Amino acid sequence: MLWDALTLQLGYNATLVAIGATLLGISAGVTGTFLFLRKRALVSDAISHATLPGVCLGFMVLVALGGDGRNLIGLLAGSAVSAWIGLLCMNWLTRHTRLAEDAAIGAILSVFFGLGIVLLTVIQTMGVGRQAGLEGFLLGSTAGMLWADALVIAIGGAATLLLVMIIRRPMTMVAFDPEYAAARGLPVHRIDLAMMGLVMAVTVVGLKIVGLILIVALLIIPPVTARFWTDRSDRVVLLAGLAGGLAGYLGAAMSASAPNLPTGPIIVLVSFGFFALSLLLAPVRGVLAAVLRHLRFQRRVHIRQGLLALAQGQKIYEPLTLRLLRRAGLARADGVATETGKARAAKALRDERRWEIVRADQMHEATAALYDGLRDIETVLTQDQIAEIDRQIGGPQEVPA
Amino acid sequence: MSGEEFVPLSLTPLLIGTFAAIACALPGNFLVLRKQALIGDAISHVVLPGIVVAFLLTGTISTWPMMLGAAGAAVVAVVLIEAVRRLGQIEAGAAMGVVFTTMFAAGVLLLEQTDTSTVHLDVEHALYGNLESLIWLDAVGWSSVLDPVALAGLPPELPRIALTLLGVSVFVWLFWRPLKISTFDEGFARTIGVRTGVLGMALVITAAIAAVAAFDAVGSIIVIAMFICPPAAARMMTNRLETQIAWSIIFAILSAVSGYVLAGYGPLWLGAADAVSAAGMIATMSGLILALTALWGPCRTRAGAPGTA
Repeated sequence: MLWDALTLQLGYNATLVAIGATLLGISAGVTGTFLFLRKRALVSDAISHATLPGVCLGFMVLVALGGDGRNLIGLLAGSAVSAWIGLLCMNWLTRHTRLAEDAAIGAILSVFFGLGIVLLTVIQTMGVGRQAGLEGFLLGSTAGMLWADALVIAIGGAATLLLVMIIRRPMTMVAFDPEYAAARGLPVHRIDLAMMGLVMAVTVVGLKIVGLILIVALLIIPPVTARFWTDRSDRVVLLAGLAGGLAGYLGAAMSASAPNLPTGPIIVLVSFGFFALSLLLAPVRGVLAAVLRHLRFQRRVHIRQGLLALAQGQKIYEPLTLRLLRRAGLARADGVATETGKARAAKALRDERRWEIVRADQMHEATAALYDGLRDIETVLTQDQIAEIDRQIGGPQEVPA
Repeated sequence: MSGEEFVPLSLTPLLIGTFAAIACALPGNFLVLRKQALIGDAISHVVLPGIVVAFLLTGTISTWPMMLGAAGAAVVAVVLIEAVRRLGQIEAGAAMGVVFTTMFAAGVLLLEQTDTSTVHLDVEHALYGNLESLIWLDAVGWSSVLDPVALAGLPPELPRIALTLLGVSVFVWLFWRPLKISTFDEGFARTIGVRTGVLGMALVITAAIAAVAAFDAVGSIIVIAMFICPPAAARMMTNRLETQIAWSIIFAILSAVSGYVLAGYGPLWLGAADAVSAAGMIATMSGLILALTALWGPCRTRAGAPGTA
């Protein structure tokens, strides 16, 4: 069943939804990246909630004009207008009043959403009887998706993607260093607005599939996921698009494969699955990598300290140190050094002495700053320099019994 | 309007709305000043999975398990946000966005998967509550306010939200000095021995309790609006925290009362037949107040100097 869904064998509607969700996921991931890099991820929350009054007003206008209130283009146009107004209000609040951005986001979000709900109840009492589709915009409803709807979503998604590609360089610059961008003569405020406009476009396009509450997830989670895997912004954009598209596709397919699996939430949960995997498994920034790094570091410290203790004839009490030395073949179970252990210990002690000389010498100041008790001296000094230091230390001295 | 009509139909929703508004606005003042305003947003989203899980575990729609579930979900969300932020080295806003949308999605999915057709539990209800239905059928007029038999028939939401308001007020009153100091200067607060981490967590939990109690009565949209709008509007009026809190309470009451009245009677004045959502209207009114103060409030600009724009 799931395989059928993945290969688009589940019929017309499921195929439409899957294609639409994939395109939406790609454009949301790509657009959201810039928002995330600009550290304004939650602005999308305000924008998406601000679409609700527009949807309702659009419906009312359409009905008043005698048309079918569920015309998707009309509703999306309405939602775009109100989201844009919300965006401008939010920008005005942060720029011209003392409110911080988070308070402005929250204020716009709740007030516009509240207004939308008032309008929703007005529509319910209008007695038109066709308002049932409007609640679908809260959480998305893909059941009755038409070819025309899918077309609107596909064209909207593609257009957004194209626009992002065109202005990605200035957006990246503004995201990383707005002051520098301003100094280069870029209109930072306008680029920010353009970025928000793109986010708004994605939100509006995504209303039908995932709904206005969950579109935020598609804008935030894929970029955060992608960020784990790379430090280059162009690759983050690419990976975020990939993660978003994949989540959209898999989510839509899974939701089509069984009853009672709403598309929007499933897409979000798949997306979160990618995030959780990345959080755990990413090569450098992942939790697992960090744990391994820590363990490796711990091992080096213990072996180093153990070798120094062996060289100075001190007894090792720390069980972990002893275990590590034994496993490396440097010491026996009773804590006595093996032949290799003795050699390595002598070298460790000598290195320590060499470091002492280096750190005492003004000439080696830059090198001395690299001392952390673990670094092999061969990696920072040449053979000649080490020989010179060894001459200062002198020949082998008596080893304590 | 006569007391016979007002007391049973409007008095209790009005009181519940007002109490909920104040209970949210009080901790909201500190959250706005600490730039944690969106915690309220996050909490109100994760309440949904909390109550759904509580429903699945107990199998009934009863209040206490659901409130416990909601509070539990709020705590889980706060912990998860912190974990994601630290483990992934992600900016706080994005971490919040990841966590609350996922939990909300999980809540919706659970709700769709369970057979809740027999009980009244749906997403719309969670979002905008049902303030209008909290009527007091046992009342016959103003005299009922002192009548113990009629008082026993009060909607249980009223004492609950009143108790929550009391609890929140006591918290703010007891921890006033450390709260104030740590809000404005966390470093200084630490040097004089305030445990700022614990205090911050306590504030968030208080906010969560207020949110959950208010959510139970009025839905999550009022909760977000009241956490942010009245304190933000009050912020435009003054530079003193004490005055700000007083203003925020005034604004909260004003939005609750005007919103309820406009929702209930506004459409009738305009000639329409039915009332509109009170929760939505209260949020809208609080936004209107915020807009007015943002345009004309004496301390609206960042420098805080009155009179300069």
